[in-house]
Amino acid sequence: MAVLDIRQRTGWLFFGVLVAHIILISAQVNTRRGVPMLEAVVFGAFAEVQRAASSVVSGVQEGWTNYFALQQIRRDNEQLKHEVTEMRVALQQERALANQARTLQQLLDLRTTLPLSTTAGTVTQSAVIGGGPSPAFRTITIDKGSHDGIRQDMAVLAPAGVVGRVIMPSGRAAKVQLLIDSNAAAGVMVERTRAQGVAVGSGTERLQMEYVPSSADVKPGDQVVTSGIDGIYPKGLVIGQIESVRGGTGDSRTIVIKPAVDFSSLEAVLVVLTPPAAVPDTEVPRADVQTGAQPSPASPPQPATAQTAPEAPESEDSGIDER
Amino acid sequence: MKAAAVLVGIALALALQTTVARFVVGGTAAVDLVLVAVVYVALTTGPVSGMLSGSLAGLIQDALSSGGVIGIGGLAKAIVGFAVGVIGQQFIVTAALPRLVMLVAATAVHAAIFMGLYVALGLRTFPSPWQAMVGQVLGNAVVGMIAFAIIEAMPGVIERRRAGRRVR
Repeated sequence: MAVLDIRQRTGWLFFGVLVAHIILISAQVNTRRGVPMLEAVVFGAFAEVQRAASSVVSGVQEGWTNYFALQQIRRDNEQLKHEVTEMRVALQQERALANQARTLQQLLDLRTTLPLSTTAGTVTQSAVIGGGPSPAFRTITIDKGSHDGIRQDMAVLAPAGVVGRVIMPSGRAAKVQLLIDSNAAAGVMVERTRAQGVAVGSGTERLQMEYVPSSADVKPGDQVVTSGIDGIYPKGLVIGQIESVRGGTGDSRTIVIKPAVDFSSLEAVLVVLTPPAAVPDTEVPRADVQTGAQPSPASPPQPATAQTAPEAPESEDSGIDER
Repeated sequence: MKAAAVLVGIALALALQTTVARFVVGGTAAVDLVLVAVVYVALTTGPVSGMLSGSLAGLIQDALSSGGVIGIGGLAKAIVGFAVGVIGQQFIVTAALPRLVMLVAATAVHAAIFMGLYVALGLRTFPSPWQAMVGQVLGNAVVGMIAFAIIEAMPGVIERRRAGRRVR
């Protein structure tokens, strides 16, 4: 056992004896602060050991704690994501409700600003509950029918302008022929020049203005409004805007109107219960149904007939609503 | 057996140091008989014995000293014992002169460590350390050389006495 023979380890033994003496001396000698040197040295050395052990333990503890904390955070994150999804859905619903309220408000504004609205019950609000069964027929179904006073050929309006007319009322619903239907037509005039014509549906998203005098001044961008001569649509309602004039001048011109109403997003409409009486073209201003504003000062003076329009026969036939 | 002899020698040195040495040189304790014993042990037995004997003797000496720090004398004597033992193994130090040199050097180193530690730790001041060191060196050298001579002469004297008794 030469390894254990202390005499073979003279250097280590000497070192051990020195350390032992130093420790012994340190135990009796105070530092300048009055603390025993051995205590100070041992404390200082042990403090480093404690610091190292503490950092190791803290690291493990932090890792352990963070691991569980992250798991909790993950659960919270998933729950929050779920809540965000629910809130987004709720927000979309609220937006839909807000849009619906805005549309209804616009309809209400239209109702109050229309010349016809001065007579109680002349305009009623309806919700669109269905579309046309065939692409060849551009119709919608509204939730008001003959029980609500809806009759055939009553004008149907939207805040943006003319939608169409009632073609088949039932007890609690009515079918509305849209203005863009290929069988629909309305008497119109160019607001700027008062040039009259007939807007006919083409089965597409555009209208064509026909029967325009060859000398009439018509150009793209002109606003087209109802003329009221058909006995269905009140005068001055917005039809749309002339998009293009093709084919030179005269009767060979093809005038394309872009409707003001977006027929693909109709939600609620107004039905004019009182068909307007035909009035002279030059006397009637248009009602700005899109903005709900009163006719501008530049427009012709508002006739009394628009405010006090007598009720016309419900089945008044203009002769141009069905082509 | 060797360890027991070492312990006896150390004990004897301590006894002589505490009782006789103070009368040898005017009561100033310039002679350190314990150190002389440690040097002798180290020279004759090696560094480990020298170190352990120096440590033990120094600790006892410190413990018996009033007001001192236990361990400083032990440390000094342990270092000296180890160093002398190592040198004694490397060189032939059986002659008188080398032993004298070893005694002088050991005493000087011991004094330096002893007083140096006290001064460094701020525990004591030595008004004339060099003078004290020289006094210890001279005292230990003289006493040590005499002691070494006596110790090494003792076996022969005893043998001669035994032989004389047998002749009678």
